[in-house]
Amino acid sequence: MAKDLLFEIGLEEMPARFIRGAMEQLRDRMIKWLDEHLIQHGDVAVYATPRRLAVLVKEVAEKQKDVHEEVKGPSRKIALDENGQWSKAALGFARSQGADPDQFTFKELGGTEYVYVSKSQTGVATSTILSAGLLDILQAMNFPKNMRWGSYDFKFVRPIRWIVALFGSDIIDIEVAGVKSGNITRGHRFLGKETVIGQPADYVEALRKGYVIADVDERQQLIQQQINSLAQQQGWNISVKEDLLEEVLFLVETPTVLYGTFEESFLHIPQEVLITSMREHQRYFPVLNDQGELLPYFVTVRNGNAEHLDVIAKGNEKVLRARLSDAKFFYEEDQRLDIKDALSKLESIVFHEELGTVGDKVRRIRRNAEKLAALLDVNTGVAESVNRTAEICKFDLVTQMVYEFPELQGVMGEDYARKAGESDAVAKAIFEHYQPRFAGDAVPASEEGSIVSMADKIDTITGCFSIGIVPTGSQDPYGLRRQAAGIVQIILEHKLPVTLPALFDIALETHQHFHDLKRTKDEIRKDLADFFGLRIKKTLADHVRYDVVDAVIASGYEDVVSVIARGEALMAAINGLEDFKTTVESFGRVSNLASKASTEKVRSDLLTEPAESRLYEAWKSVSGEYRQALQERNAPEALRLLSNLKDSITVFFDTVMVMAEDETIRANRLALLKAMDEDLKQFADFSKLVWA
Amino acid sequence: MNFQQMILTLQQFWAEQNCIVVQPYDVEKGAGTLNPMTFLRSIGPEPWNVAYVEPSRRPADGRYGENPNRLYQHHQFQVILKPSPDNIQEIYLESLVRLGINPLEHDIRFVEDNWEHPGLGAWGLGWEVWLDGMEITQFTYFQQVGGIETNPVAVEITYGMERLASYIQEKENVFDLEWVNGTTYGDVFHQPEYEHSKYTFETSDVKMLFTLFNMYEQEASKAMEQHLVFPAYDYVLKCSHTFNLLDARGAISVTERTGYITRVRNLARHVAATYLEEREKLGFPMLKKGGEIHG
Repeated sequence: MAKDLLFEIGLEEMPARFIRGAMEQLRDRMIKWLDEHLIQHGDVAVYATPRRLAVLVKEVAEKQKDVHEEVKGPSRKIALDENGQWSKAALGFARSQGADPDQFTFKELGGTEYVYVSKSQTGVATSTILSAGLLDILQAMNFPKNMRWGSYDFKFVRPIRWIVALFGSDIIDIEVAGVKSGNITRGHRFLGKETVIGQPADYVEALRKGYVIADVDERQQLIQQQINSLAQQQGWNISVKEDLLEEVLFLVETPTVLYGTFEESFLHIPQEVLITSMREHQRYFPVLNDQGELLPYFVTVRNGNAEHLDVIAKGNEKVLRARLSDAKFFYEEDQRLDIKDALSKLESIVFHEELGTVGDKVRRIRRNAEKLAALLDVNTGVAESVNRTAEICKFDLVTQMVYEFPELQGVMGEDYARKAGESDAVAKAIFEHYQPRFAGDAVPASEEGSIVSMADKIDTITGCFSIGIVPTGSQDPYGLRRQAAGIVQIILEHKLPVTLPALFDIALETHQHFHDLKRTKDEIRKDLADFFGLRIKKTLADHVRYDVVDAVIASGYEDVVSVIARGEALMAAINGLEDFKTTVESFGRVSNLASKASTEKVRSDLLTEPAESRLYEAWKSVSGEYRQALQERNAPEALRLLSNLKDSITVFFDTVMVMAEDETIRANRLALLKAMDEDLKQFADFSKLVWA
Repeated sequence: MNFQQMILTLQQFWAEQNCIVVQPYDVEKGAGTLNPMTFLRSIGPEPWNVAYVEPSRRPADGRYGENPNRLYQHHQFQVILKPSPDNIQEIYLESLVRLGINPLEHDIRFVEDNWEHPGLGAWGLGWEVWLDGMEITQFTYFQQVGGIETNPVAVEITYGMERLASYIQEKENVFDLEWVNGTTYGDVFHQPEYEHSKYTFETSDVKMLFTLFNMYEQEASKAMEQHLVFPAYDYVLKCSHTFNLLDARGAISVTERTGYITRVRNLARHVAATYLEEREKLGFPMLKKGGEIHG
C-alpha cells in the first residue's frame, strides 16, 4: 500500500540565486532518506517559488521493507572450544549482533564451516518515522548564507512561516522555529489566500487557483512565451540573457510580462551602458531591432496578474528615467576627466597589498607588453600602439561609470579613449585587453589587444603565485584559472610563436625589476608550468580523449599551439585510420628496445641486413622533413611522415634479430632504434595510448 | 498625500503596533541605523520597539540642489522591532496600504539585499522592497551589531521618504515634492542643499576636520574609561560624520581609508560591548517590565 507524500516549506522571500540549488538539495535529501530507510517510492517532483520549497513523492510505501539477512560469524573451529562450548569469540559475535547463540546455524563456505545468525527485521509504518525524517531533511538543508530571526535558536536561508507535511491526507507533525506543520498552504502574497491541501496530488492545482505557478519549468515557459509573443506583436528582438531569466523566474510566483518606454534622447549614451543599467539595476530585458540596435523600450516581468499594468509600466518608466539620468550624468562628467589625471589617480588604488597599486600594475603591464611585442617582432606602428594601450588600459577604473558598473570596464575605456582622440587601434585594444572575459567569450582580435591582454593576465597570475596565492579546489578568488585559460586561447587563436617558459620569464623578470620576489623563481616557474599544464589538458580534453591528452602532454607543452595540434592530429588518426593501431604498435616495439641502447649514433657501415638498411634509409628520408613539420606546428604532416615508417619497422622486426651475438652489430641496431625513438618522443609518448 | 501627512501616517501606524515614537537624534549621522535608539538598543536581550524620522546626512551625495534625485540630506523613516514579529512582512505591507498603496494595483517585491556597515561592525540579511521597480524600503534582520551577535534578532525597516513621496505624488524632481499644501520640499531644503554641497566640496577646512576627528576619537575613548556609553557614542557619531566630510572632500586616500574605518569600528565595538555590560548591571530593566518575548 502506498500514499503520496508532500512536504512544503513556506518562507519569506528567498534570494533568487539560492533557489535552484535548494531544489536539488531537497530532492536529493528526500530520496536519500527514503532509500536509507528502505521505503519504496515512485516519482519525485520538486517545486519552488520565492516563498516556497516543496517536494512531492508519489506512491510512498506505507511500511518499510522487511529485512532478512544472514550474518557470517567465526568458523566452527573458533566458535567452539575444546569442550564443545561456545567460545568467547562466538559469544562476542552473538552480542554484537544482538542475538542469542542458540540461534546460530552452521553453513559451509569454501570447505570451512562457519557460524551464521539469521536476522530479520520487520519494517515499521512509514508514518511513525516520517516526522523525524522530514525534520532531519529540513535541518540538513544548507545555503550559502543563513540567518536567525525572532527569538528562535535556529538558522535558515530566510524565516520559515508555514509548513505543509502530508502523507496521504494525514498531517505529519513537525515543528521548527515556532512553526507547526499543517495542511494549509498560502497562495500569492496579494492575489491568493490560505488554502487547505486535501491530498498531496492536489498541490500544484490548488496553488494555481491561488495565483501561484509552482512548477519551475512551467513558470519559465510562461515567461518565455509571453516575451516571444510580445516580440512578435511589436516586431522586436528582446534580448533574454539566461542568467537574468533565471533570476526573474525566482522573483515571481505568477509572471506577467509587460513593457515600457524611455526617452529617445538617452540613446546617445553607449548602448552597453543602457543595457547594463536596465539589466543590473532593474532586471529588465532590453529591446533591440533586427540590426542589434537598442530601441527605447524595456520588458519586465510583474509578480502578479494582468490588472493595472499601465500603472506598473508608468512606475517602472519613472524609475528607469532616474537611473538613465544618472548614467547620462556620469557619462558627461567622465568625459571631462583627462586621461592623464585618471592615470595619476590609479596610483592610489590598491591592486593588492603585497603587489602594489594599480599604477604599479600598469608599469608592469607596460614592461611585459614591450617585451612581448619585441618577441613577436611586431612592426613599429603596432609596437607604439601596444605601448600606449598598456599605459592607459586601466584609466577607466577611476570613472564614475565604471565605479557604478564595474562590468563596463574596458567598454567605457574604449569609448572615452576614442572621444579623447586616441587612435582606433588603441581604443579597441583597451576593450580587448580584458578579453576573453568569461568562458566562451571572444579573444582579442588585434595584435595590440592580444599582447596587452597577455601582459596583464600573466602579470596577475605570476604576481599572485609569487606571494603564494595559488588556486586550490574551488578557491580562486582572483579568477586566475580563467586568466590562464585566456592566455592559452589567445596563443592558440593567433598561433603566436611564444612559448610558455618565455612568457613566464618575462613576467618574472618584470616583477623582480620592481620588487623582491617572496619565493624563488624556480618554485614559481614550476607552479606556473603545472598550472598552465592543467589548463591545456582541460582545453584538449574538450574534444580529445584523455589517453591522447596524456600522450601528447608527455612530449611537452611549452609550445601551446604545437601540443594542441599534436593532440588533435593524433585523435584524428585514431578515429580515421584503420591500421593506425598497428602503426602505434610498431612504434611501441621501437621504443621498448630503444631503452636498452646506450647511444643513438648509427654507423651505416655496420648495417648488414637489407631490412635494417632499408629502415635506416626510410628514417633518414623522413626525419628532416618530420622535424621541419613539427617546427612549423604542422602536426598532421608530422604524424603522416612518422606513419610512413610503419612498414619498414614491421619488416625490420620480422626479419632482423636485434639482439645479435656480435656486440657491435647489436649496439648499432639498438642505436638506430634509439635515434628513431628520439623522433617519436617529439610527438607523443605513444605508449600512453589505450586501445579498446 | 503630502510629505508631512506621510510622516504622520507612518508614526500613527507604528504607534498602533506598540512602537514608541521618538524624535530625530540631534547628532549628525549618515543613516537612521546610527541613531542610538537603533544601534545600541538592538543589542542585548531586552525587547524594543521604536519608530522615528531620521534626517540623514550623506556629504558625498550632495549635488548643489541640481540633481533631481540626490541629496546631501534625506529623510528616513526608521522602525525597529525586537524581537522581529512572525508576521512582520504583513504588518509592513499594511503600512503601505495606509500610505495609499494598494498592493493589487502595483508590483511589490522583496528582492535580496544584504546590509553591511563595516564601520559599525554590523550586518544583516533581508531585502530591498520594490514598488513597481523602485526601491522604497530596506528591510533587514540584524544578525550582528557592534560585533555582537543579536539575540533576539531585531528587524529594521527603513523607508526612503523622498523616493516614496516622489512616487505617491508623481513628481520627477525631489524639490517639487509637496511638504504641506503650498510649501514644497525645495522651499524648505534647496538652500541648505546648495550651501552644504558648496561647503563640503569646496570650502570645508580639511585641517580642522582632521583635528576634530582626532579630538572626537580621544573624547570617545575618555568617556568610555568612565563607562559613559551614550556620551561616548555621540563622539563616535561625530567621528563618523567628520570622516564622511573628509572623504567627500577627497582628503582621504584609498590606503588611509581602511585605517580610519577601522578606528571608528573599534570605538563602536567597544561602545557596543560596554552598553551590553551596563545594561546587564542594571539587570536588563526592559525585560522585567514584562515585555513578553515572542516565540
